[in-house]
Amino acid sequence: MVSPAHSKEELFQLLSEIPDPEIPVVSIREMGMLRDINILDDGYEVVITPTYTGCPAMSMIESDIKSTLQKHGISPVSVKLVYSPAWTTDWMSAEAKEKMRKYGIAPPMQSTCNKWSAVGKPVVISCPRCQSKHTHVISHFGSTACKALYFCESCKEPFEYFKCH
Amino acid sequence: MSCLKALNKFNVYIMTQTEALYHYTLRLGDNSLISGHRLSEWCSRGPILEEDLALTNMALDHIGRAQAFLKYAGELSEKKQTEDDLAYKRGERQFLNNLITELPNQDFAFTIARQLIISCFEFYLYTELCNSNDPIVAGISEKAVKEVKYHLAHATDWTCRLGDGTELSHQKMQKALNDIWMFTGELFEMDETDQVLLKAGIAADMTLIKPLWYNHLKQVTTEAGLKLPEDAYMQSGSRKGIHTEYLGHILSEMQYLQRAYPTAQW
Repeated sequence: MVSPAHSKEELFQLLSEIPDPEIPVVSIREMGMLRDINILDDGYEVVITPTYTGCPAMSMIESDIKSTLQKHGISPVSVKLVYSPAWTTDWMSAEAKEKMRKYGIAPPMQSTCNKWSAVGKPVVISCPRCQSKHTHVISHFGSTACKALYFCESCKEPFEYFKCH
Repeated sequence: MSCLKALNKFNVYIMTQTEALYHYTLRLGDNSLISGHRLSEWCSRGPILEEDLALTNMALDHIGRAQAFLKYAGELSEKKQTEDDLAYKRGERQFLNNLITELPNQDFAFTIARQLIISCFEFYLYTELCNSNDPIVAGISEKAVKEVKYHLAHATDWTCRLGDGTELSHQKMQKALNDIWMFTGELFEMDETDQVLLKAGIAADMTLIKPLWYNHLKQVTTEAGLKLPEDAYMQSGSRKGIHTEYLGHILSEMQYLQRAYPTAQW
Protein backbone atom coordinates (compact mmCIF):
# COMPACT_ATOMS: atom_id res chain seq x y z
CA MET A 1 0.00 0.00 0.00
CA VAL A 2 1.33 3.38 -1.03
CA SER A 3 1.15 6.19 1.47
CA PRO A 4 -1.35 8.76 0.19
CA ALA A 5 1.26 11.44 0.83
CA HIS A 6 1.22 12.59 -2.75
CA SER A 7 -1.90 14.05 -4.26
CA LYS A 8 -2.73 13.82 -7.93
CA GLU A 9 -2.27 17.56 -8.37
CA GLU A 10 1.13 17.41 -6.71
CA LEU A 11 2.21 14.74 -9.20
CA PHE A 12 0.84 16.78 -12.09
CA GLN A 13 2.94 19.73 -10.89
CA LEU A 14 6.09 17.61 -10.77
CA LEU A 15 5.50 16.14 -14.22
CA SER A 16 4.74 19.59 -15.66
CA GLU A 17 8.45 20.28 -15.45
CA ILE A 18 9.29 17.61 -18.03
CA PRO A 19 10.01 19.25 -21.36
CA ASP A 20 9.09 17.84 -24.73
CA PRO A 21 12.38 16.25 -25.89
CA GLU A 22 11.99 17.72 -29.39
CA ILE A 23 10.69 21.19 -28.45
CA PRO A 24 12.20 21.90 -25.02
CA VAL A 25 10.37 25.23 -24.55
CA VAL A 26 7.08 23.43 -23.95
CA SER A 27 6.29 20.75 -21.39
CA ILE A 28 4.64 17.40 -22.02
CA ARG A 29 1.66 18.69 -20.05
CA GLU A 30 1.31 21.81 -22.23
CA MET A 31 1.58 19.60 -25.30
CA GLY A 32 -1.38 17.59 -24.10
CA MET A 33 0.55 14.32 -23.94
CA LEU A 34 0.17 13.90 -20.20
CA ARG A 35 -3.37 12.62 -19.93
CA ASP A 36 -3.96 11.36 -16.40
CA ILE A 37 -2.43 10.08 -13.18
CA ASN A 38 -3.99 7.20 -11.32
CA ILE A 39 -3.14 6.51 -7.69
CA LEU A 40 -3.47 2.75 -7.35
CA ASP A 41 -3.18 0.43 -4.36
CA ASP A 42 0.23 -0.71 -5.49
CA GLY A 43 1.74 2.42 -7.02
CA TYR A 44 1.23 5.26 -9.41
CA GLU A 45 0.14 5.00 -13.01
CA VAL A 46 0.88 7.85 -15.39
CA VAL A 47 -1.21 7.84 -18.57
CA ILE A 48 0.34 9.39 -21.67
CA THR A 49 -0.64 9.51 -25.32
CA PRO A 50 1.73 9.83 -28.30
CA THR A 51 1.55 12.73 -30.71
CA TYR A 52 2.32 10.31 -33.54
CA THR A 53 2.24 6.50 -33.31
CA GLY A 54 5.90 6.22 -34.27
CA CYS A 55 7.10 9.14 -32.17
CA PRO A 56 10.59 8.08 -31.03
CA ALA A 57 10.43 10.53 -28.12
CA MET A 58 7.91 8.38 -26.25
CA SER A 59 10.44 6.07 -24.61
CA MET A 60 12.47 9.08 -23.51
CA ILE A 61 9.35 10.71 -22.05
CA GLU A 62 8.56 7.48 -20.24
CA SER A 63 11.98 7.33 -18.62
CA ASP A 64 11.83 11.07 -17.79
CA ILE A 65 8.53 10.51 -15.98
CA LYS A 66 9.93 7.63 -13.95
CA SER A 67 13.15 9.41 -13.01
CA THR A 68 11.37 12.67 -12.10
CA LEU A 69 9.02 10.91 -9.71
CA GLN A 70 11.75 8.69 -8.31
CA LYS A 71 13.82 11.79 -7.54
CA HIS A 72 10.99 12.88 -5.27
CA GLY A 73 10.76 9.48 -3.64
CA ILE A 74 7.61 8.51 -5.46
CA SER A 75 7.49 4.86 -6.52
CA PRO A 76 6.65 2.42 -7.95
CA VAL A 77 5.63 4.20 -11.12
CA SER A 78 4.22 2.64 -14.25
CA VAL A 79 3.57 4.46 -17.51
CA LYS A 80 0.60 3.53 -19.62
CA LEU A 81 0.42 4.46 -23.30
CA VAL A 82 -3.09 5.05 -24.65
CA TYR A 83 -4.18 5.84 -28.21
CA SER A 84 -7.75 6.83 -27.60
CA PRO A 85 -8.92 9.54 -27.54
CA ALA A 86 -6.35 10.36 -30.21
CA TRP A 87 -4.05 13.25 -29.48
CA THR A 88 -4.90 16.45 -31.27
CA THR A 89 -3.05 19.75 -31.60
CA ASP A 90 -6.24 21.36 -30.29
CA TRP A 91 -5.18 20.19 -26.80
CA MET A 92 -2.19 22.50 -26.85
CA SER A 93 -2.69 25.61 -24.76
CA ALA A 94 -2.53 29.10 -26.26
CA GLU A 95 0.53 29.82 -24.08
CA ALA A 96 2.27 26.72 -25.41
CA LYS A 97 1.59 27.84 -28.97
CA GLU A 98 3.00 31.30 -28.27
CA LYS A 99 6.13 29.76 -26.70
CA MET A 100 6.52 27.60 -29.75
CA ARG A 101 6.20 30.59 -32.08
CA LYS A 102 8.86 32.50 -30.15
CA TYR A 103 11.08 29.45 -30.41
CA GLY A 104 10.80 29.70 -34.22
CA ILE A 105 8.20 27.04 -34.96
CA ALA A 106 4.89 28.12 -36.47
CA PRO A 107 2.25 26.69 -34.11
CA PRO A 108 -0.63 24.53 -35.40
CA MET A 109 -3.84 26.18 -36.52
CA GLN A 110 -6.86 25.45 -34.34
CA SER A 111 -9.42 22.88 -35.47
CA THR A 112 -8.43 22.74 -39.09
CA CYS A 113 -7.84 19.00 -38.98
CA ASN A 114 -11.19 17.98 -40.34
CA LYS A 115 -11.26 20.38 -43.23
CA TRP A 116 -8.93 18.30 -45.27
CA SER A 117 -9.67 17.01 -48.75
CA ALA A 118 -7.77 14.93 -51.29
CA VAL A 119 -6.92 17.75 -53.67
CA GLY A 120 -7.54 20.71 -51.39
CA LYS A 121 -6.07 24.19 -51.17
CA PRO A 122 -3.29 24.51 -48.62
CA VAL A 123 -3.92 26.64 -45.53
CA VAL A 124 -1.95 29.87 -45.15
CA ILE A 125 0.71 29.64 -42.44
CA SER A 126 2.25 32.80 -40.99
CA CYS A 127 6.00 33.06 -40.62
CA PRO A 128 6.90 32.75 -36.92
CA ARG A 129 9.57 35.43 -37.28
CA CYS A 130 8.09 38.24 -39.37
CA GLN A 131 4.39 37.24 -39.32
CA SER A 132 4.23 37.46 -43.10
CA LYS A 133 1.54 35.40 -44.82
CA HIS A 134 3.63 35.10 -47.97
CA THR A 135 4.87 31.61 -47.27
CA HIS A 136 4.87 28.33 -49.12
CA VAL A 137 5.28 24.72 -48.15
CA ILE A 138 8.55 23.04 -49.09
CA SER A 139 7.60 19.64 -47.72
CA HIS A 140 4.79 18.31 -45.53
CA PHE A 141 7.39 16.18 -43.77
CA GLY A 142 10.14 17.79 -41.75
CA SER A 143 12.83 17.03 -39.20
CA THR A 144 10.33 15.20 -36.95
CA ALA A 145 7.04 13.43 -37.61
CA CYS A 146 5.03 16.35 -36.22
CA LYS A 147 6.51 19.13 -38.34
CA ALA A 148 6.36 20.38 -41.94
CA LEU A 149 8.91 22.55 -43.70
CA TYR A 150 7.94 26.03 -44.97
CA PHE A 151 9.66 29.00 -46.57
CA CYS A 152 8.91 32.67 -45.93
CA GLU A 153 9.06 34.79 -49.07
CA SER A 154 9.19 38.05 -47.10
CA CYS A 155 12.16 37.38 -44.81
CA LYS A 156 13.59 34.64 -47.05
CA GLU A 157 14.01 32.25 -44.14
CA PRO A 158 12.88 28.65 -44.00
CA PHE A 159 10.85 27.67 -40.93
CA GLU A 160 9.10 24.70 -39.40
CA TYR A 161 5.36 24.40 -38.94
CA PHE A 162 3.87 22.14 -36.29
CA LYS A 163 1.30 20.22 -38.31
CA CYS A 164 -2.33 20.31 -37.37
CA HIS A 165 -3.34 16.90 -36.17
CA MET B 1 -17.99 -27.96 -53.38
CA SER B 2 -20.77 -30.10 -51.94
CA CYS B 3 -18.08 -32.25 -50.40
CA LEU B 4 -16.55 -29.20 -48.74
CA LYS B 5 -19.88 -28.05 -47.42
CA ALA B 6 -20.48 -31.44 -45.88
CA LEU B 7 -17.13 -31.26 -44.21
CA ASN B 8 -17.89 -27.83 -42.81
CA LYS B 9 -21.19 -29.03 -41.48
CA PHE B 10 -19.52 -31.60 -39.31
CA ASN B 11 -16.45 -29.57 -38.57
CA VAL B 12 -16.65 -29.01 -34.83
CA TYR B 13 -14.00 -26.34 -34.90
CA ILE B 14 -15.13 -22.77 -35.35
CA MET B 15 -12.73 -19.90 -34.98
CA THR B 16 -13.27 -18.00 -31.74
CA GLN B 17 -13.54 -14.23 -31.69
CA THR B 18 -10.22 -13.91 -29.87
CA GLU B 19 -8.45 -16.03 -32.49
CA ALA B 20 -10.05 -14.00 -35.27
CA LEU B 21 -9.01 -10.77 -33.61
CA TYR B 22 -5.48 -12.10 -33.24
CA HIS B 23 -5.32 -12.82 -36.98
CA TYR B 24 -6.91 -9.50 -37.83
CA THR B 25 -4.58 -7.37 -35.71
CA LEU B 26 -1.63 -9.42 -36.96
CA ARG B 27 -2.69 -8.65 -40.54
CA LEU B 28 -3.01 -4.92 -39.79
CA GLY B 29 0.30 -4.96 -37.94
CA ASP B 30 2.15 -6.92 -40.63
CA ASN B 31 0.87 -4.63 -43.38
CA SER B 32 2.18 -1.63 -41.47
CA LEU B 33 5.48 -3.30 -40.61
CA ILE B 34 6.38 -4.41 -44.12
CA SER B 35 5.20 -1.14 -45.71
CA GLY B 36 7.29 0.71 -43.16
CA HIS B 37 10.32 -1.43 -43.88
CA ARG B 38 10.07 -0.82 -47.62
CA LEU B 39 9.69 2.92 -47.09
CA SER B 40 12.69 2.95 -44.76
CA GLU B 41 14.80 1.54 -47.60
CA TRP B 42 14.51 4.96 -49.25
CA CYS B 43 16.62 6.42 -46.45
CA SER B 44 19.57 8.27 -48.08
CA ARG B 45 18.27 7.30 -51.54
CA GLY B 46 15.47 9.84 -52.02
CA PRO B 47 15.55 11.86 -55.25
CA ILE B 48 15.80 15.08 -53.19
CA LEU B 49 16.46 15.69 -49.50
CA GLU B 50 12.85 16.63 -48.75
CA GLU B 51 11.65 13.35 -50.23
CA ASP B 52 14.17 11.41 -48.23
CA LEU B 53 12.66 12.98 -45.11
CA ALA B 54 9.09 12.46 -46.30
CA LEU B 55 9.48 8.77 -47.10
CA THR B 56 11.31 7.99 -43.88
CA ASN B 57 8.78 9.99 -41.84
CA MET B 58 6.06 7.85 -43.34
CA ALA B 59 8.12 4.75 -42.58
CA LEU B 60 8.14 5.83 -38.96
CA ASP B 61 4.35 6.24 -38.90
CA HIS B 62 3.98 2.73 -40.30
CA ILE B 63 6.40 1.15 -37.86
CA GLY B 64 4.73 2.96 -34.95
CA ARG B 65 1.37 1.64 -36.05
CA ALA B 66 2.83 -1.85 -36.49
CA GLN B 67 4.13 -1.71 -32.93
CA ALA B 68 0.68 -0.78 -31.61
CA PHE B 69 -1.16 -3.53 -33.52
CA LEU B 70 1.45 -6.24 -32.90
CA LYS B 71 1.50 -5.41 -29.18
CA TYR B 72 -2.24 -5.97 -29.11
CA ALA B 73 -1.96 -9.14 -31.21
CA GLY B 74 0.68 -10.42 -28.79
CA GLU B 75 -1.65 -9.87 -25.84
CA LEU B 76 -4.36 -11.83 -27.66
CA SER B 77 -2.06 -14.70 -28.60
CA GLU B 78 -2.03 -17.91 -26.58
CA LYS B 79 1.67 -17.65 -25.88
CA LYS B 80 1.41 -14.01 -24.76
CA GLN B 81 4.09 -12.79 -27.13
CA THR B 82 5.52 -9.29 -27.27
CA GLU B 83 5.43 -7.07 -30.36
CA ASP B 84 9.13 -7.79 -30.86
CA ASP B 85 8.56 -11.57 -30.71
CA LEU B 86 5.97 -11.20 -33.45
CA ALA B 87 8.10 -8.94 -35.63
CA TYR B 88 11.40 -10.75 -35.27
CA LYS B 89 10.67 -14.38 -34.54
CA ARG B 90 8.13 -15.46 -37.12
CA GLY B 91 8.97 -17.01 -40.46
CA GLU B 92 7.54 -15.78 -43.74
CA ARG B 93 4.67 -18.29 -43.85
CA GLN B 94 3.38 -16.77 -40.62
CA PHE B 95 3.25 -13.23 -41.98
CA LEU B 96 -0.15 -11.98 -43.11
CA ASN B 97 0.77 -8.75 -44.91
CA ASN B 98 -0.68 -8.12 -48.36
CA LEU B 99 1.72 -8.95 -51.19
CA ILE B 100 1.66 -5.36 -52.46
CA THR B 101 3.53 -4.17 -49.37
CA GLU B 102 6.50 -6.48 -49.91
CA LEU B 103 7.19 -5.69 -53.58
CA PRO B 104 10.59 -4.04 -54.11
CA ASN B 105 10.59 -0.24 -54.27
CA GLN B 106 11.89 -0.15 -57.86
CA ASP B 107 11.87 3.47 -59.08
CA PHE B 108 10.27 6.52 -57.45
CA ALA B 109 7.17 6.28 -59.66
CA PHE B 110 6.52 2.71 -58.52
CA THR B 111 6.89 3.69 -54.88
CA ILE B 112 4.47 6.59 -55.40
CA ALA B 113 1.95 4.35 -57.19
CA ARG B 114 2.08 1.92 -54.27
CA GLN B 115 1.82 4.76 -51.75
CA LEU B 116 -1.23 6.12 -53.54
CA ILE B 117 -2.97 2.74 -53.62
CA ILE B 118 -2.09 1.81 -50.05
CA SER B 119 -2.71 5.23 -48.46
CA CYS B 120 -6.07 5.52 -50.17
CA PHE B 121 -6.99 2.00 -49.01
CA GLU B 122 -5.81 2.72 -45.47
CA PHE B 123 -7.63 6.03 -45.36
CA TYR B 124 -11.01 4.34 -45.92
CA LEU B 125 -10.11 1.25 -43.88
CA TYR B 126 -9.07 3.16 -40.77
CA THR B 127 -11.90 5.67 -41.11
CA GLU B 128 -14.25 2.68 -40.97
CA LEU B 129 -12.33 1.00 -38.13
CA CYS B 130 -12.71 4.13 -35.96
CA ASN B 131 -16.24 2.76 -35.43
CA SER B 132 -15.04 -0.72 -34.47
CA ASN B 133 -16.62 -2.26 -31.38
CA ASP B 134 -13.15 -3.17 -30.19
CA PRO B 135 -11.88 -0.08 -28.31
CA ILE B 136 -8.19 -0.80 -28.96
CA VAL B 137 -8.64 -1.30 -32.71
CA ALA B 138 -10.77 1.87 -32.80
CA GLY B 139 -8.22 3.83 -30.78
CA ILE B 140 -5.24 2.92 -32.96
CA SER B 141 -7.34 3.56 -36.08
CA GLU B 142 -8.32 7.02 -34.86
CA LYS B 143 -4.63 7.80 -34.56
CA ALA B 144 -3.73 6.12 -37.87
CA VAL B 145 -6.30 7.96 -39.95
CA LYS B 146 -4.78 11.34 -39.02
CA GLU B 147 -1.37 10.17 -40.20
CA VAL B 148 -2.65 8.46 -43.34
CA LYS B 149 -4.27 11.72 -44.49
CA TYR B 150 -0.78 13.17 -44.85
CA HIS B 151 0.46 10.06 -46.66
CA LEU B 152 -2.43 10.24 -49.10
CA ALA B 153 -1.91 13.97 -49.70
CA HIS B 154 1.77 13.29 -50.38
CA ALA B 155 1.06 10.46 -52.84
CA THR B 156 -1.70 12.46 -54.53
CA ASP B 157 0.60 15.43 -55.00
CA TRP B 158 3.33 13.31 -56.56
CA THR B 159 0.93 11.30 -58.73
CA CYS B 160 -0.30 14.58 -60.23
CA ARG B 161 3.21 15.96 -60.65
CA LEU B 162 4.52 12.82 -62.35
CA GLY B 163 1.38 11.98 -64.33
CA ASP B 164 0.99 15.55 -65.54
CA GLY B 165 4.73 16.23 -65.78
CA THR B 166 7.09 15.31 -68.61
CA GLU B 167 6.50 12.63 -71.19
CA LEU B 168 8.96 10.37 -69.38
CA SER B 169 7.49 10.91 -65.90
CA HIS B 170 4.01 10.27 -67.28
CA GLN B 171 5.20 7.05 -68.93
CA LYS B 172 6.86 5.81 -65.75
CA MET B 173 3.85 6.63 -63.59
CA GLN B 174 1.45 4.88 -65.98
CA LYS B 175 3.72 1.84 -66.20
CA ALA B 176 3.93 1.68 -62.39
CA LEU B 177 0.13 1.69 -62.09
CA ASN B 178 -0.18 -1.00 -64.77
CA ASP B 179 2.46 -3.20 -63.12
CA ILE B 180 1.06 -2.95 -59.60
CA TRP B 181 -2.62 -3.32 -60.41
CA MET B 182 -2.67 -7.12 -60.14
CA PHE B 183 -1.76 -6.79 -56.46
CA THR B 184 -4.77 -4.62 -55.57
CA GLY B 185 -7.40 -7.36 -55.57
CA GLU B 186 -5.99 -9.00 -52.49
CA LEU B 187 -6.50 -5.88 -50.36
CA PHE B 188 -10.23 -6.55 -50.31
CA GLU B 189 -10.23 -10.30 -49.76
CA MET B 190 -12.21 -11.50 -46.78
CA ASP B 191 -11.93 -14.86 -45.05
CA GLU B 192 -13.26 -16.54 -41.90
CA THR B 193 -11.39 -14.02 -39.74
CA ASP B 194 -13.32 -11.15 -41.31
CA GLN B 195 -16.63 -13.00 -41.16
CA VAL B 196 -16.33 -13.73 -37.44
CA LEU B 197 -15.35 -10.14 -36.66
CA LEU B 198 -17.91 -8.56 -38.97
CA LYS B 199 -20.65 -10.26 -36.95
CA ALA B 200 -19.18 -8.73 -33.80
CA GLY B 201 -18.94 -5.27 -35.38
CA ILE B 202 -15.15 -5.27 -35.05
CA ALA B 203 -13.84 -5.60 -38.61
CA ALA B 204 -14.43 -3.41 -41.64
CA ASP B 205 -16.56 -4.66 -44.51
CA MET B 206 -14.23 -4.63 -47.52
CA THR B 207 -17.11 -4.71 -49.99
CA LEU B 208 -18.03 -1.22 -48.73
CA ILE B 209 -14.47 0.07 -48.83
CA LYS B 210 -13.65 -1.06 -52.35
CA PRO B 211 -15.95 1.37 -54.26
CA LEU B 212 -14.87 4.30 -52.05
CA TRP B 213 -11.23 3.42 -52.73
CA TYR B 214 -11.78 2.96 -56.45
CA ASN B 215 -13.67 6.22 -56.92
CA HIS B 216 -11.07 8.14 -55.01
CA LEU B 217 -8.26 6.68 -57.13
CA LYS B 218 -10.25 7.40 -60.26
CA GLN B 219 -10.54 11.05 -59.26
CA VAL B 220 -6.82 11.42 -58.54
CA THR B 221 -5.63 9.60 -61.65
CA THR B 222 -8.01 11.55 -63.88
CA GLU B 223 -6.63 14.77 -62.41
CA ALA B 224 -3.12 13.43 -63.15
CA GLY B 225 -3.98 12.44 -66.74
CA LEU B 226 -3.43 8.76 -65.99
CA LYS B 227 -5.56 5.71 -66.68
CA LEU B 228 -6.57 3.22 -64.01
CA PRO B 229 -5.90 -0.27 -65.38
CA GLU B 230 -8.75 -2.69 -66.01
CA ASP B 231 -9.17 -5.52 -63.51
CA ALA B 232 -7.61 -8.72 -64.84
CA TYR B 233 -5.77 -11.57 -63.13
CA MET B 234 -5.22 -10.74 -59.46
CA GLN B 235 -2.40 -12.09 -57.27
CA SER B 236 -3.39 -13.69 -54.00
CA GLY B 237 -1.99 -15.75 -51.14
CA SER B 238 -1.11 -13.63 -48.12
CA ARG B 239 -4.21 -14.54 -46.11
CA LYS B 240 -2.79 -18.07 -46.05
CA GLY B 241 0.79 -16.92 -45.50
CA ILE B 242 1.84 -17.51 -49.11
CA HIS B 243 4.11 -14.71 -50.26
CA THR B 244 6.21 -13.50 -53.17
CA GLU B 245 9.91 -14.33 -53.20
CA TYR B 246 10.63 -10.87 -51.80
CA LEU B 247 9.33 -11.28 -48.25
CA GLY B 248 12.02 -13.77 -47.22
CA HIS B 249 14.71 -11.29 -48.21
CA ILE B 250 13.05 -8.53 -46.19
CA LEU B 251 12.87 -10.77 -43.13
CA SER B 252 16.44 -11.98 -43.46
CA GLU B 253 17.56 -8.37 -43.16
CA MET B 254 14.97 -7.18 -40.65
CA GLN B 255 15.34 -10.16 -38.32
CA TYR B 256 19.08 -10.64 -38.65
CA LEU B 257 20.06 -9.20 -35.29
CA GLN B 258 17.48 -11.12 -33.26
CA ARG B 259 18.31 -14.33 -35.10
CA ALA B 260 22.08 -13.93 -34.67
CA TYR B 261 21.92 -12.65 -31.09
CA PRO B 262 18.68 -13.97 -29.59
CA THR B 263 17.17 -11.80 -26.82
CA ALA B 264 19.61 -8.96 -27.55
CA GLN B 265 18.26 -5.72 -26.14
CA TRP B 266 18.63 -2.13 -27.32
